[in-house]
Amino acid sequence: MQPVFQRPISLKDVATHFCPGCQHGLIHRLVADAMDHFGVQPQTIGVASVGCSVFLYEYFDIDVVEAPHGRAPAVATGVKRARPDNFVFTYQGDGDLAAIGTSEIIHAANRGELFTAIFVNNTTYGMTGGQMAPTSLPGQRTLTSPEGRDVTIDGYPMRMAEVIAALDGAAYSVRVAVNSPKNILAAAKAIKTAFSYQIEKKGFAFVEVLSACPTNWGMSAVQANERVAKEMIPYFALGTFKEKN
Amino acid sequence: MAKVVIDEARCKGCALCTLACPKKLIRMSDKLNRQGFLPAVFPAECSRDCTSCALCAQMCPDVAITVFRAEKGEKP
Amino acid sequence: MSERQLVAGNIAVAMGALAAGCRYYFGYPITPQSDIPAYMAGELRKMGGTFIQAESEIASINMLLGASACGFRAMTSSSSPGISLKQEGISYMAGSELPGLIVNICRSGPGLGGIDPSQADYFQAVKTGGHGGYRTVVVAPASVQEMYDLTILAFDLSDRYRMPAVLLADSLVGQMKEALECKPYVPPSDLPAKAWAVTGKQGRKDQRIVKSLFLGEGELERHNWKLWGRAEELKAKEQRSEGKYLDDAQLLVTGFGSAARIAKSAVEMARTAGLKVGYLRPITLFPFPEVAFQQATATCKKVLCVELSTGQMVEDVRLSVARDAEVVFYGRPPGTGSLPTPEELFGQIHKHYGKGA
Repeated sequence: MQPVFQRPISLKDVATHFCPGCQHGLIHRLVADAMDHFGVQPQTIGVASVGCSVFLYEYFDIDVVEAPHGRAPAVATGVKRARPDNFVFTYQGDGDLAAIGTSEIIHAANRGELFTAIFVNNTTYGMTGGQMAPTSLPGQRTLTSPEGRDVTIDGYPMRMAEVIAALDGAAYSVRVAVNSPKNILAAAKAIKTAFSYQIEKKGFAFVEVLSACPTNWGMSAVQANERVAKEMIPYFALGTFKEKN
Repeated sequence: MAKVVIDEARCKGCALCTLACPKKLIRMSDKLNRQGFLPAVFPAECSRDCTSCALCAQMCPDVAITVFRAEKGEKP
Repeated sequence: MSERQLVAGNIAVAMGALAAGCRYYFGYPITPQSDIPAYMAGELRKMGGTFIQAESEIASINMLLGASACGFRAMTSSSSPGISLKQEGISYMAGSELPGLIVNICRSGPGLGGIDPSQADYFQAVKTGGHGGYRTVVVAPASVQEMYDLTILAFDLSDRYRMPAVLLADSLVGQMKEALECKPYVPPSDLPAKAWAVTGKQGRKDQRIVKSLFLGEGELERHNWKLWGRAEELKAKEQRSEGKYLDDAQLLVTGFGSAARIAKSAVEMARTAGLKVGYLRPITLFPFPEVAFQQATATCKKVLCVELSTGQMVEDVRLSVARDAEVVFYGRPPGTGSLPTPEELFGQIHKHYGKGA
């Protein structure tokens, strides 16, 4: 028998700490796949963030620098400028990137830093137990929006892929989802394209990935996955918002 | 003719693979694994009908699935 | 061949950093240190180094963290309110055992305060202003020459002890011009290689991970004791101070940085007037030169500590002197017109000389 689907070599053969149905593990695999595809694993330096994805180094077989909450794009700027021949990526969640680290991601994108940003949007703060995130949907009940997110008090969910696309320094900005095999294949392709922007020195690339957080949404994995299609995608449109040649 | 190998110990029982399989060949076990989850199971007899599309593996959040396809002329 | 040049203290910091091999500068504009980034912007681009004017102090300290994690000498500079913003990053660097230079050309506070010379960031620098309990090297230059020399020393100590280093000065030392001799830098031959720096695995078996999160059983406690051990080694080996007229002193005058310069003039006035007054100036604030204070106060039982603040270093002086020595304080909290004159400090010497302990 011939293997047609195997674990990427850049992904360590270990169990993850993620909750059942959490799609961080899947997104990790797609990133590792892209690393294998381009053969950049030996040159890769990952920059980890704070939140559920903090254990990047436990799962990727690469060198890693752990950044303070929200600061991964600034740390990655220092890393990439110091080691321009290495492949550098950041991996952040929505609280990290779109709340406390809004400034860092916007300015890194605007400078056109030559690293690749992976942004996982699951509309909540997972690690701290399910508080309202900058991406929580209107009406979404969380620990800190018990009556549901009220946009007159809490503001609106931020569409980061569009925000990044609006910056002249950003070369590639896309939003994908991993709720169906079709979307997963598209996400895999987008991550590879984003990687190619760094490898070909075409500029800053940003991939927003819609993801499920069954635990903090209070749903089964299957229900949470359905919510991505029913509630998230209608608000956070999938698509390519910037694709410089 | 193909084979889906599910790493039972690593499966967290999310059941997303069961939705991904176009032929509905994967089912959930009624026996807990070591982690305390009811893992997904690919019954051996389903090998015949499996097309090795690997959508189950694509969908698995825990990268717990490996898929094999029979080579030309290979006997079951 | 080194030659003498007339330069401002802030420029001497920049020149020292370049001499020490620093090729990465990340900063954000703030008075009164803006000549450092201006100089670095020009020079680093000529040398093929990296200069980034970041979007914030927070971003710049984290860029420094990233470049340092790659194993390179890197720095940032700012002034008091900006240094407050960097505290998060400094704590993470300390936790991640990363070297790097943070220059604080202090201004007065609290809050927006003013831009006058100040020493009120002593606590923040020496006791450390970030969370979690850590130490950093702190050096306190009192001349343009020292701005250069101590920048280099700070890089060396920072690399050797794997902790950030802070250079604490103010606009008096930062903006005045003095003759500077740029001695060529020779790296200490025993500086350990940075075998922890991320490079990409490049075929290495083990990953290199720069981090400050330790969740394993007993892991964080061990990590903290390791950091403590390094700080203890630093204290044992790297105390530096300048002393004068210590042998027969009946009153010891101390202070650091710009206050020490003024105090030194007052001590010279006192000596001219026939008073047996000694002078002891910490050059490293961490490690604090406890040994020098113990030795000096074995015979001289009265110490006058002068600071441009309401009194911060004086606490460490009290902890360091002989048990039976008395420490008195004279401070001028920073603000326009608040800089003491040598005559004013000479008056303080008169007030305390021959009295007490």
